[in-house]
This record gives sequence, structure tokens and C-alpha cells, in this order.
Amino acid sequence: MRLLKIVPDNTNIGFVSLRGWAFGLTLLLSIAALGVTFARGLNLGVDFVGGIMIEEKFTSAPDADKVRVLIERLGVGAASLQAIDDGKSMSIRLPRPESSDPAATNIVVNKVQAALSQAFPGATLSKQDAVSGKVSGELLWKGGLAVALAILGIGLFAIFRFEWQFGVSTVVAIVHDLLMTLGFFAITRFEVDLTIVAAVLTIIGYSINDKIVIDDRIRENMRRYRKMEMPGIIDLSVNETLPRTVMTSLTILLALIAMLIFGGHVLRGFTAAMILGIIVGTYSSIYVSSSLLITLGLRADPKAEGDAPAAKRGDRMSYKDVP
Amino acid sequence: MLDFPRSKIIAIVGVLVALMLLAVPSFFPERITNSWPAHPRVSLGLDLAGGSRLLLEADVNALIAQRLETMHDQIAGGMDKASPKIAIGDISVADGQLSFMVRDPGQIDAAREVLNNLTQGVGLTGQRDWDISVINSTNFVVKPTQAGIDQAVKVAMSAAQSVIAKRIPGFGTKEPTIVAEGASRIAVEVPGLQNPQALKEALGKTAKLEFKMVADSVVQPGQALPLGTQLLPYAEGGKGATLLVKRRAILTGGDLASASAGKKQEDNRDIVNFSFNSEGGKTFAKITQDNVGKRFAVVLDGVIISAPTINTPILGGSGYIEGSFTAESANTLAVELNSGALPIDLKVVEERTIGPGLGAESIRAGITASIIAVVAVMLFMFVTYGRFGLYANLAVIINVVIIIGVMALLGSALTLPGIAGFVLTIGTAVDANVLINERIREERRRGRNVVQAVELGYKEASRTIFEANVTHAISGVIMFIMGGNGPIRGFAVVLLLGICTSVFTAVVFTRMLVALWIRRNRPSDINI
Repeated sequence: MRLLKIVPDNTNIGFVSLRGWAFGLTLLLSIAALGVTFARGLNLGVDFVGGIMIEEKFTSAPDADKVRVLIERLGVGAASLQAIDDGKSMSIRLPRPESSDPAATNIVVNKVQAALSQAFPGATLSKQDAVSGKVSGELLWKGGLAVALAILGIGLFAIFRFEWQFGVSTVVAIVHDLLMTLGFFAITRFEVDLTIVAAVLTIIGYSINDKIVIDDRIRENMRRYRKMEMPGIIDLSVNETLPRTVMTSLTILLALIAMLIFGGHVLRGFTAAMILGIIVGTYSSIYVSSSLLITLGLRADPKAEGDAPAAKRGDRMSYKDVP
Repeated sequence: MLDFPRSKIIAIVGVLVALMLLAVPSFFPERITNSWPAHPRVSLGLDLAGGSRLLLEADVNALIAQRLETMHDQIAGGMDKASPKIAIGDISVADGQLSFMVRDPGQIDAAREVLNNLTQGVGLTGQRDWDISVINSTNFVVKPTQAGIDQAVKVAMSAAQSVIAKRIPGFGTKEPTIVAEGASRIAVEVPGLQNPQALKEALGKTAKLEFKMVADSVVQPGQALPLGTQLLPYAEGGKGATLLVKRRAILTGGDLASASAGKKQEDNRDIVNFSFNSEGGKTFAKITQDNVGKRFAVVLDGVIISAPTINTPILGGSGYIEGSFTAESANTLAVELNSGALPIDLKVVEERTIGPGLGAESIRAGITASIIAVVAVMLFMFVTYGRFGLYANLAVIINVVIIIGVMALLGSALTLPGIAGFVLTIGTAVDANVLINERIREERRRGRNVVQAVELGYKEASRTIFEANVTHAISGVIMFIMGGNGPIRGFAVVLLLGICTSVFTAVVFTRMLVALWIRRNRPSDINI
């Protein structure tokens, strides 16, 4: 049987010589992502800004205008409606009632519920979230903190295990991935809720995983080919690990696409963010982080010369050694 | 690397089988597994099972104010009872502290003695719960210390938790989860409850029941209140009505033995029946004997809900409360009275409800997506790596089963993001195998023989796998810590378990399979 090889043997792409272009493009895209995020803002969910979110399931696709008029008449604040892709469900977002009465939220939800089930027989409540301003503020702060801690922790690990250049290039690459994700959410208007923080942390984790594999190979090749110039070592390392990079990204994408298509609407934003993150993370591993190492002036470390070259290990192994 | 003695094989297979067995009960219906000696099973999170989550926040400022008020009463009482009596004046609470003046400077030491008896040490540091200082040689300032406040909040919160635990079963819900979140919050999760409103109202209500005598005098608006009385809103008397009552409660909710909702025989109105415990019953009997013809007030959370006249002494130790109850509100009050008063006011600051329909839909969608993901990834692995891909696929299946088993053992709930975590794990679990297999391919291309290539492939890749997964785990751990008790934590658990199991199965288990195969067949070439 002939096996599939996605990346042909002995692929040798001159990644390093393209890095000028790549940096330019990356910078441009990052600025664009930042710009679009500032210009359009993110569609923050009730988790982060407070308020009430009701998801209602109807027996058949409801007329959005009819729902809007119905809710406006209740005097519970400006509603924003969004049809959910199964066609029968709709999410209704309302501001949190100003009253401090703990039952105020319930009164709003019950009013909406009563009005809907009267106008649309058979309509049922699928989901309801009510978050106070105080809690949502904390969640936003905690989410940001979690992302910052993840970047910091991983950067420190990379510095500790490798040279400082690896730490810096890794952090730059993650920030790039984050900016792309932000831009994606600003453009698509997917709601940013708590699960998105989890998605972002996963993206960071994955993206790093990818970079460490390449960094590890660069370090190995630096020891093996001490005479080789850094650009040559980086090109070699990226090309050597390319089959793995592509293969792993593809398997994860396969799994995530299955989730995106068949996994239901609740996690759609989460899965979409992750798919984008995998693609962006793979790109940034190849271009941003490894090419940046040259700019940062990484050189073969004299300390490493004490280690036995990896190529010599196990050279004399043969079947005689097999028990 | 090809050296796998029998004992090692048995150990590896034994560990994997044992971990996989943990998952078995989760695949059988509960009624079958219940008779098994041990049956850990994966529970479903609220987002899959349907239910409500309420986050209650304590009003710490109200507790501080209440403590000051109690201190005020205790000081006034303590100075009065001291012998000789200590005359004090200008006692007032302002800016979070209490101050008063001792009229006779010679009694300062005696007053300090009384105060010292009213305060307590907190913790092991020797700090006290109140800070006492004297200014201008006759004025005392009593101030709560932070340690004292923290201690009071802690005590009140743990009491509040048990009150909540007693209130919830009154609403017919099963297996509630009640956990403290931080110093002043309690998260309540009740699976399956469809309308959380009644529960929410019950949890948000303090349910502080007091019986107070109605004062004999009547005050005009603007007139100063007689000493030891207070004006309270009177619900039955119409809008804005108030009634002057004695400040001191003759009995409180703590003196009750039980309460239940019922109907009044004469007019079929909804009432709450109650009976006092023996001590409370005696007090009630005595008071009603001494005060025939007078009125007493039933005060709930600072509002008078009824103020009946005592027609005859009530000696049986039981009675009923009437007010404008519905059957539902009478039941709610009965539940609240039975559970005792909340020692601290709680407010709902976050509420999430998921209907069972959406939960079931999410499970269905999640399972479909997982199966499709597994099949797609496995096919892809097989066409890419052949036999080595099959080994990796076996490892993926083992991974998924072990994650389920360990989650059941840890009692960690499966959430919707958790299902996404499974799908992601299916993708990442093969990564370790991809790293190894690609390395073997490379070493073969460099011209090494089969044994050398496999040997080096595992050796070199293992280091990379370790390093890459540590960083991955860092973000997982942060997610776990910051994720609270919600669905995100469910995701983090699956992710972290997936990292551990996939590294183990790739580095140890597939290596064993490859080693055994090579040992048996001694191939001169491998198709990878």
C-alpha cells in the first residue's frame, strides 16, 4: 500500500529568504486586525457586559419584526435579536433592569416569556443568562488576566528551557495570533463570551506547542551542524518539521470542522475561533517565530558544544541488540 | 527501546486496562450499575443536563451595620447591668464605628472591663474582633477590626450555606450543589429545575421572623419615638401603613420547631402553621397569659405581616400566621422558616438557566460531532502512516475511554465545552504519534535501518513531545484555575487529562506495540 505524504520528501522551501515579505504582511495584517477591533469593537456577550440573554425555541421560524415589536411593547429596554442557525431559535438580548430588586430579572424574563408564548404558541425557553454588572466586570478582568498569565507563563518556560530569543519570538507570535483572533471576532460579530476565553487559551497552548516543536529542532540542528549559518539551520529545521506541522494541523482541523458542522450552535463561535487559531498559529510558527530568531540574533550557543551530537547516538544499533 | 520484558508489558497493559475499566459504568444505565460494587460515572454539567445556576452575593456592609447595632445594644445592656451601674451617654454609631461617653470618669476602668468581655480574640494572632480606644479620657470609640469582620463574614457565610442547603429540597429539586466562591459568594446549582423563580426568591430572602409586642402608645408623624420602640411597615394596613412596636423581639424564628403551609378552617385562607420548641412554647404561653387583649406583631424581614390581638392565652406552643398568602407563598415561607433565617442578606448577581431541550440537543450534536471527528482522524492517520497509524488510532480510542474513566473517578462533570475538549483531544492525541512517525520517516530517509530509525524516532520525539506538552498544559492549568466551577473548568479538565493520557499512550503504549511487532517480524523495511 502506498501511504499518503502530504508534504513530499526533501521539501526545501526557502522560508528565511521570504521573511522580509512575511514580516511586512504579518505586520500589515496585525495592524489591520487591531484597527478593525478598535473601529468596530467586539460583540461582547452578557458574560462580559452584564444583561439578560434569552434563547427561545419556536415551533417554526419566527418573524423577527413581530418578536421585536412584541418585546418593545413590554417596556423592558431595547432588545437586540439574533436568529440562530437552526432557524427556529432566536436569541433575545436585553439590558439588565436597573432595579436592585433580586426578582427584577425574573419579572423581565417572565414578561418576555409570557408575551412570546401567547403570540407564538409552543415557544419554549432554551436558555437564559442574567449577569450583573459587577460579576461581568470581574469575569472580563479574570479572562484578560488568564490570557496574560498564559502568555507570561509560556514565555518564561521558553526562556528557561531555551535561549531568551525563543521566549521573545514565541511571545511575539502569540500576540500576533491573539490580534488575528480579535480581528476575526470584530469582523464576524460572533459573540465573545466565557467560552471564547477558553478558546483563546487553547489557541495559545496549541500555537506554542507548534513553536516548541520547531524550536526544539532548531536547537538540535544547531548542535548537529555547528558550522552552518543560522538562516540555513532555520530553513532546514522548519522544512524537516513541516510534515509534522501540516499533518497535526490537518488532523486537528478535521476534528474541529466536524465539531463546527455537527456540534450544534451553542459552541459555534468557540469552534470557529479555534479553527482560525490553528491556521494562524501554524502560520506564525513557520514565519513569525522562527524567522524572528535571526532578527533577534540567535547564534549557536557555545554551552551546547559539550553535548554529544545527536547524530551519533544509536549509530551502531542493529538486530543483534534485539532480545 | 525494543527491550520490553514481559513484566513491563503486563504493567503497561494492566495500568491501561484498569484506567479503562473506570469508564465502564458510564456506558451502562444507572439501574444496572447501581448493584455493582463500585460504579463511578461521569455526571453531566448543567449545560448538558439542563438546570439553573445562581450566584448569590452577601451584603457584607449590611452585616457590618448589623454587628454595630448588636454591639450598641450589648454595650447599653452591659453598662446597665454592671454593678455598680455605669452611666453612659451620647451612644451613637457613625462612620462605621461606635462611640459613647462615660459620665463618671472614675468608672472608665469598669467600663473597659465590660467592653473587654464583649469582644473576642480572632484566630491565632491575638488580634481581637473589636478595637477599643479612649479619647478625651471619658469617650470610648469601639471600632470593628478587619479580622473581626472577616471572621463574622466567614461564620455567617457557612451558616448561610447550610440554611440554603435546607431550603432547596423544599422545592423538589434533586442533588443541588452549593459551594462557596470567594469570601462572600455562594454558587448554587440545581439540575433539572425549570422555573428557578420560586427558588431564587426563597434564597434571596433572609426570612428573619420576629414576634414583637405592639406598643401601647401612638406617635404622630414628626414626633420622637418612645424609648425602645420602632416604627415598622405594616403590610396588612394598606400602602404606607406603619405600626409602632417594641424594639425587643419576644421570640424569633430560632424558637420555632417547625412550620408548614395550611388552610384556615373558617375561611379557607392560606396560612402558615408553626409550633415553637419547648422553650419558645413556654415563653409564648407566659407572654400571651400576661398580655390578653393586647396585640403582638409577626415581623418578617422587617415588615409586619400580621398583628393579631391576643384573645386567650396560647398554651399549646403552636399557632398560625395569616397574611395575604397564596398557597405558593405560604409554602415558600414555611420552607424558609424551617430552614432558619439567613444570617446575612444574599442577592442574586448571576443566573443561568438551560432548558432540558437545549441540553439534550447539545449532547446529541456533541456525540455526532465526536464520532465523525474520530472516524475522520482515524482514516486520515491510517492512509498516512499505515500500520503505525493503526497503532496511533488504538491509542486515541484508549485515550478517550481513559479520560471518561478518570473524569468519573474525579467526579468531574462533562460540559459542552468538555465535549469540544474531547474533539480537540482526538485531534491532539495523534500529534504525539505524528511527531514520532515523522521522525521515523526522517531517520529512514537518512538511511538508518528499521531498528535504528524506530529507536531514534521514539527517543528524539519523546523529548519534543514532553516540551511541547508542558507548554500546552500551562494554558490548561491556567484555564482550570481561572475557570471557576463552570463549563470552562470542564473543558480544562478534559484538555489536561487528554495531554497526560496522549503523551503516555504515544510514548509508552504505541512504542510497545511497535517493539513487539518488530521483534516478531524483524522487517527489513517498514512502510511509513
